[in-house]
Amino acid sequence: MLELDFTLNGRPAALRVDPVARLLDVLRYDLGLTGTKDGCSEGECGACTVWLDGLPTDACLVPAFQVAGRDVRTIESIDPDRLRPFLASGATQCGACTPGVVMTALWIVENPDLLRSHTIRELMAGNICRCTGYDGIIEGVEAALAGRFGSPPGSA
Amino acid sequence: MTVRRPTGLGAALDLLADRPDGDSLLPVAGGTDLFVHWPQKVDQHGRDLLDLVRIDALRGLRWSADGLELGALASYWDVIVNPRVPAVFPLLVEAARQVGAIQIQSRGTWAGNIVNGSPAADGVPVLMAYDATVVLAARDGRREVPLDAFYTGYRESVRRADELVVAIRLPLRRYALQRFVKVGPRRAQAIAKVGLAVTRSDDAGWRVVAASVAPTVRRCPTVEARLEAGPPPRDPEDLDEALRADVSPIDDVRSSARYRSRVLARVLYDAVLPASAGGR
Amino acid sequence: MERLEGLAKLSGAERYVDDLAVEGAWWGMTVRSPAPRGRIREVRFDPAVDWSGFVVVDHRDVPGANEVLLIEPDQPVLAADYVRHVHEPVVLLAHPSRSALRRAVRGVEVVVDPDPAYLDVSISPRSDQVQRGDDNVLKRLRIEKGDVEAALDAAWRVVEGEYRTGAQEHVYIETQGMLAWEEGGVLFVKGSLQCPFYVHKAAVRALAREADRVRIVHAPTGGGFGGKEEYPSVIALHAALLALKAGRPVKVVYDRGEDMAATTKRHPSIVRHRTGVDSDGRLVAQDIDVVLDGGAYVTLSPVVLSRGIIHAAGPYQCDHVRIVGRAILTNSPPHGAFRGFGAPQTHFANERHMDVVADAIGMDPIELRRRNLIVDGGETATGQRIRDGVDRVGILDRAVELSGWREKEVEHRRLARSDPWLRRGLGLASFHHGAGFTGGGEVALASRLDVAGLPDGRIEVRSANIEMGQGTLTIFTQLAAERLGVDPDAVVIAEADTGRVPNSGPTVASRTAMVVGGLVEAACDDLRAELGLGSEVRGDDLRRALLAWHDDHPGADLVGRAEYAPPPNVRWDEATYQGDAYAAFGWATYVAEVEVDLRTFGVRVIDFVALQDVGTLLHETLARGQVQGGVAQGVGWALMEECHWEDGAMTNAQLTNYIIPTSDDLPPIRVHFRETPWAGGPRGAKGLGELPIDGPAPAVVNAVARALGVEPREIPLTAERLMDLVDDAAASRPRSA
Repeated sequence: MLELDFTLNGRPAALRVDPVARLLDVLRYDLGLTGTKDGCSEGECGACTVWLDGLPTDACLVPAFQVAGRDVRTIESIDPDRLRPFLASGATQCGACTPGVVMTALWIVENPDLLRSHTIRELMAGNICRCTGYDGIIEGVEAALAGRFGSPPGSA
Repeated sequence: MTVRRPTGLGAALDLLADRPDGDSLLPVAGGTDLFVHWPQKVDQHGRDLLDLVRIDALRGLRWSADGLELGALASYWDVIVNPRVPAVFPLLVEAARQVGAIQIQSRGTWAGNIVNGSPAADGVPVLMAYDATVVLAARDGRREVPLDAFYTGYRESVRRADELVVAIRLPLRRYALQRFVKVGPRRAQAIAKVGLAVTRSDDAGWRVVAASVAPTVRRCPTVEARLEAGPPPRDPEDLDEALRADVSPIDDVRSSARYRSRVLARVLYDAVLPASAGGR
Repeated sequence: MERLEGLAKLSGAERYVDDLAVEGAWWGMTVRSPAPRGRIREVRFDPAVDWSGFVVVDHRDVPGANEVLLIEPDQPVLAADYVRHVHEPVVLLAHPSRSALRRAVRGVEVVVDPDPAYLDVSISPRSDQVQRGDDNVLKRLRIEKGDVEAALDAAWRVVEGEYRTGAQEHVYIETQGMLAWEEGGVLFVKGSLQCPFYVHKAAVRALAREADRVRIVHAPTGGGFGGKEEYPSVIALHAALLALKAGRPVKVVYDRGEDMAATTKRHPSIVRHRTGVDSDGRLVAQDIDVVLDGGAYVTLSPVVLSRGIIHAAGPYQCDHVRIVGRAILTNSPPHGAFRGFGAPQTHFANERHMDVVADAIGMDPIELRRRNLIVDGGETATGQRIRDGVDRVGILDRAVELSGWREKEVEHRRLARSDPWLRRGLGLASFHHGAGFTGGGEVALASRLDVAGLPDGRIEVRSANIEMGQGTLTIFTQLAAERLGVDPDAVVIAEADTGRVPNSGPTVASRTAMVVGGLVEAACDDLRAELGLGSEVRGDDLRRALLAWHDDHPGADLVGRAEYAPPPNVRWDEATYQGDAYAAFGWATYVAEVEVDLRTFGVRVIDFVALQDVGTLLHETLARGQVQGGVAQGVGWALMEECHWEDGAMTNAQLTNYIIPTSDDLPPIRVHFRETPWAGGPRGAKGLGELPIDGPAPAVVNAVARALGVEPREIPLTAERLMDLVDDAAASRPRSA
């Protein structure tokens, strides 16, 4: 077993993990933080997106030993008030991709300068959603960026 | 399986050198290739891991009068957000933005892309088109290998099992033309069906590098010579003969040999057109 | 109101089956057939594995009939001595450690003496490939109206075409999973599913238990799209067998590769059209042949075929129609329910064919459709008289206008002259989708639903219809709250637990809002009647009456009940396939604009207009999301989603190689509704869930055809296929200066 000290959702965490465990398994099965989902285990769907030192990362591709001393943020750390624009825009349907989507979306919202070089659609491309066709997600990001909370976006 | 996590490069090289069968210790950086399907693979793996992420000496980008050095832990995202790279090596940014999406760009490393040895790599073609060299270090010394001489076959290279890629060096040049084309089955998050990087500089001439059309990412010397010497290609088919000498695409689950040949010729023709025919 | 469970999903608090931590639970995994067809000679257990720590289940452990009961009992729970497809379940293992299980699964070898597999429905089976009847046809259906041959003979022109569609994987982001345990003599199975009572019926049969000793409970379901209609019965039975033998809870959760390789997909199809038109461009005869690859067992193929052929002639008026459909048994894993249920395949063929017909007779494809769309009073291929007040021609014209078709055509011609590589084109599709079960299906289901008045004054809706993202919880809450005039917060939706809720039918077929939503309203009315109240009593008055009732009847259950009653004057003849196939249809025209890059033959959808009339909208944000999600799935099916097969096995069962659209592959999808209320639906609503998957593929492919002057006949229209079409077109075109 491996001793692991890191910062999880703003608090110090210390645990013993299987040396070959993935961060995803540690979060879900050792710590019960099941908001981070296992959609494909191949770094394709983004359902397991967490922030590692502030950058979106697929937790299925991160060996747990690599988070030692680093900062991990999961969906469980997100203030529910920040989710309201996504609720109003229809960003979630079945919900399986949603926590990962939210983690990438809020990273964009916190780093609006990215939109000088990137589009929201490009930045969200690592989160596959099979329900929404993405429009509800994109509109949620736009609403959150604009500080619009709660009211539904104008329909087409 | 055990994991070794040295903080110094010397310690890492010692660990590699001390393995009688060095290859049983597998270096891992961003993990974006190694950990794909990990639960299914872990048992069949058997090899111990050498974690590189705590070796600070391998981090970051370093500029010098001669060029740019990417540390072995430099990620795609490090390049995307670097203020100088877009002006000096724009293809690095273009390629990096087409590697997976942010979740992969934030973790995947250029050195890992090289060592993983996929013929469909996105980072390797642009590095090769910029005449990158690979700095290999072992306990008994260092050597620098041109990237276009790095591969010896499908997922095989000149890297010895006791060697680590510690840096990638790119010389500064004035480029008259720089193009990167990735043809995937969708716009984002895709593995290349065809990849192409082309540069032309006054001092080094043409560099044409193709991906997903041979057992390795490879330079196309015949095409380069054809562009250097011959008249501008009249149409894509005009490049077929030279391409045939350089690449050998196959049918697989991602595409067909015919498609790869046709499309490579077309994107190459289109990429070289502005320089060889004065724009369109 | 906002999506009821939306915040729980956005915050990651929603617990799907893999998220449930269960004390003492073991994991279960499946050992599968390596061969597409053959006799099981032996099952070998690797002696290097210590099997004493494992629970091992095979067909001999099935206490009842070894059948996954659905339409026919042909599919075994676990193969006994014969396998009919690759990945067919043979042995089950349970163990506390998932990694130990993975190793153990590799330590079991199923040795099969192969028989010749039948894998390609475009070629008739050889005698040694025949496994059902004398031709492997597992269902034949026929619709006939008028005299097709005479009408074809008399037609001004006859245009023929053959169209093919490939298998499509659902890619719900939550893979299939079930948790089973026994408690007080009752077997519980909880998991990701659309149809609790389908699973219940299958469990009672295979496990030989009394109905009240099996309870199937819905867990939040991370996407279904039909993929969790019939397959969950298989995995539920597997989890149950392991749990019963292990004497402890067992959870079976598929990983993505297993889910993609082993579970159902959309039926591949081959549809042939022979269409007669008169000199005004009116359809005078439609002769249509539909073939579906059903896979290795019957599962739902007969009803998929049924819906497929009923929609095959499109939303058009034609007096002479013959549609012959066959679903054919092959040795692929069974194909199954997928959003649209046969209609996307036949609509693709028909709407692509309409463009082919238009080209052949030199008519604008919009005009051809305008002349043939059913007007009120007209009738469908099954002779169903349409009188719903929907302006189908108006929908077509408005969709074309919204797309900017005429202006864009000019731009596209200019682009083709100026750019060496880029071409743009527009395409459209007009289509319809019947909501609810086909024909007499809803009557046979006889769905029941309860609305209870709880002692604390809240209202509880008890139904077997589940939330999988499409909005059941929100819509039911909204309908009950509005019907009774209470606050939505005062409405709760009961967990779909077959031990607690009546059978309101499966969550499929665009029936939940329209059919079951109607039952919510009816049960609310019945609750009011139970209280002896008139329909004007609402809100606080109703709540007071409810609390008073409970004061008078302590401990009693106050329930309003509803059972499905068909709308008046609906008739359907199952023998002739004539009559009212569906209580109501949604109608739509979709327009796609594409850009093709001739360097790569890649196609990008750059604009999309989706205009439909599905009656009154119950919830605009949810409705819009259904359309946008359906369009995205349809675009994927049209352009990139392809299952590669080798000897009956899917060879690209990874999300890296089975390609579905990302956010960067789609334009904003412009959704518009017209709302013609339908008297038979709750507040005038009709079904919506499936309609949006029917139109995108033909609209997109028609747009590619118009952009390049090629004639695509098969999807997915990958870059590789498009390259061949462009080459063929160039080869057949006379060289000009």
